[in-house]
Amino acid sequence: MSKTYFDETHCAIGHPKSTFMQWMLTIDHKRIGIMYAVVMFTFFFIAVATAFLMRLELYAPGAQFIDGDTFNQAFTLHGVIMIFLFIVPGIPAIFGNIVMPLMIGAKDVSFPRLNWFTFWLYILGCIIAVASLWVGNGFADTGWTFYAPYSLNTGTNVIFTLVAAFILGMASILTGLNFLVTIHRLRAPGMTFFKMPLFVWGIYSTAWIQLLATPVVGITLVLAIMEKYFGIGIFDPAKGGDPVLFEHLFWIYSHPAVYLMILPAFGIMSEIIPAFSRREIFGYRTIALSSASIAGIGYLVWGHHLYTSGMADIAKVVFSFLTFFVAVPTGIKFYDWMATLYKGKIILATPMLWALGTVITFAIGGLSGVTIAMVGVDIHLQDTYYTIAHFHYAMLGGVVFLLFAGMHYWFPLVTGKMYNEAKAKIAFYIIFVGFNVLWFPMFIAGYLGMPRRYFDYLPEFQIYHQFSFWGAVIFITGLVFMFYILIQAWRKGEAVGVNPWNATTLEWHMPTSPPPLENHTKVPYVDFNPYEYHHGQPVVKFDENMKRID
Amino acid sequence: MSHEYVPEIAVDREGKEHKVQGWQDDIYGAKLGFWLFMFTEVLMFGAMFMALTYYYTLHHDDFLIASSSLNRVLGGTNTVILLFSALTMGLGLLKMKHGDVKGAKLMIWATIVLATAFLVIKGFEWSAEYHHGVFLGLDALQAGNADSKPFGQILFFGMYFTMTGIHGFHILIGIGIMLWLLKRINAGKVSPEHYILHFNIALYWDLVHLIWVFVFPYYYMIGAGLTGGAH
Repeated sequence: MSKTYFDETHCAIGHPKSTFMQWMLTIDHKRIGIMYAVVMFTFFFIAVATAFLMRLELYAPGAQFIDGDTFNQAFTLHGVIMIFLFIVPGIPAIFGNIVMPLMIGAKDVSFPRLNWFTFWLYILGCIIAVASLWVGNGFADTGWTFYAPYSLNTGTNVIFTLVAAFILGMASILTGLNFLVTIHRLRAPGMTFFKMPLFVWGIYSTAWIQLLATPVVGITLVLAIMEKYFGIGIFDPAKGGDPVLFEHLFWIYSHPAVYLMILPAFGIMSEIIPAFSRREIFGYRTIALSSASIAGIGYLVWGHHLYTSGMADIAKVVFSFLTFFVAVPTGIKFYDWMATLYKGKIILATPMLWALGTVITFAIGGLSGVTIAMVGVDIHLQDTYYTIAHFHYAMLGGVVFLLFAGMHYWFPLVTGKMYNEAKAKIAFYIIFVGFNVLWFPMFIAGYLGMPRRYFDYLPEFQIYHQFSFWGAVIFITGLVFMFYILIQAWRKGEAVGVNPWNATTLEWHMPTSPPPLENHTKVPYVDFNPYEYHHGQPVVKFDENMKRID
Repeated sequence: MSHEYVPEIAVDREGKEHKVQGWQDDIYGAKLGFWLFMFTEVLMFGAMFMALTYYYTLHHDDFLIASSSLNRVLGGTNTVILLFSALTMGLGLLKMKHGDVKGAKLMIWATIVLATAFLVIKGFEWSAEYHHGVFLGLDALQAGNADSKPFGQILFFGMYFTMTGIHGFHILIGIGIMLWLLKRINAGKVSPEHYILHFNIALYWDLVHLIWVFVFPYYYMIGAGLTGGAH
């Protein structure tokens, strides 16, 4: 039996004998991706638990389990973990690492040692972020946005969180840089930009955002630290500084950051839809270019977070208009996916179920975003549960659902095993129902005036909070069930061949399952489009030397 | 990086051979990566310059008064030093390209000496300012004290120490990686055939001096026309 990447690896330093050290020092992009996944999902469950604690507290008005200050720390912890530790690095760090080099026929990323370093930088950031739970005067209570001047005045340990966010930002920049160079330099011969799989396009657009937006928030956090400890006056109104400047600088990064989260997720969607419709994707170029244009327009819309913060009316109108514009390339993608399904030979495997479920949840998330892009509506809905519901429909129901879709799609590739399809589908339905019961009532509660981040509320809102609570119970049950199935499958699932889904892209043409250490033994010459199907069968076939034989 | 790396060949349907680019021997990839990294540095300093410009419009007069109190002789000397160090760095790279390893090492040493001189002068400048009561965390730069400076001046000095501090940190890093470069040259890992590390460090040093070329006029020169300036 030939060796896979689980049996051997290259290391950053030396040639350690022990398996443990081989994992710690590995520079293999597939192993690094798996380590990211393990750490991220651990933090994901911590943040889910924190959120559940808040839901529990909100089941009835008044204080039950935790006090108001703890509640503030809880939503900050939830936000910091979910944003900086989980969803921002998320899909690029996991699947960008594991799958992207395979898709373009590369042996690894351009800078494998930098990739290893980046992973440990990420771990350092995680440790510092979580350490403030025990060090100093407790975890930050500012919300994950660290708005000045409160973040400058609070006695909690904000500095750790700021430093951690800065380090995680550096890790994000280096990941983006590595992927950009990889995609520019290491594509297999013949693979032009318009022959790349669409997931690679998603990663490419994301990498540009990581590179161009993150330095700004990085330096903003440094300035906030300088302000907090030396009082340089830049954000503190007591010294003539302007706290709204902090919001501008923060959102110049953090709004493109939500496109940084969603673009690779859209990439996963664009892989799954043609593979399970057995049909060439409709409008390949428009999907590829809409990723790039979302990345571009995404820079020009940050002001829509500041409608209520004090901004010139003309600026509000311009930002509102530009925000609507983002919906155009997003809409193009959705219509392209629907057109791909039309007359396709649709196979409702688990990844496809997740993708189709996301079409519903993200459509709600995206369109509710368009409503609050309107200045007048937003003045009413800003900082209410409506915005929270919108955000979670877009991020959880969009990015994380597609992350799960990708997880099921590439599970056989990464592990060489197959999970129980019937049970995995049940897990999907439980999560999908729980998700909607959890978040949809918040649209109504928010519309009626329930503010976000409140630890107490008026009795008339109780019914919505109770619905949400039971939704959360169903949702978490589904999550646990889903991960249980996948872990069981990895431990004792049935081995599968290299291409269980009959998919067309290069990562499904590996010599072994799971792939060997240096990926394709022979690099193919790419003179074909990524999703060529004919009568429901892949067109392009290779012999064992990766030479086309069709 | 193994120098005996042999690129793989991909064969198309007509039997034509195509070279596969590997990560092991990718000079252009290394250059591209470093240029992208340089771009993030520009964005980082760019954001600070933007904030500074915004406050300059709000506190115009205070900025000029604060600027006029900075020591333009020391600042100017440092500017000249950095310009020279960029020259020595560039000459070193040219020498390396043309096979003169010894000359290249000499030029790198010259750059290290100039960079150290820059930091020493900066240190004198900061300590003089400290003795005048102008430094991060001192009373004059906090609001609400008897000898507090006006808002605009607090901001100006706060940003001055932050930005020159971050710039100085880059100089320090530069000295560190130049010493590492010398070690790599001595070990034969950087040579006239494989000088990409030297190239990228020279690029880094160019950026560090370029940032100073913007810092100097923004802080030292805007108040130069004001009478009553200390120097």
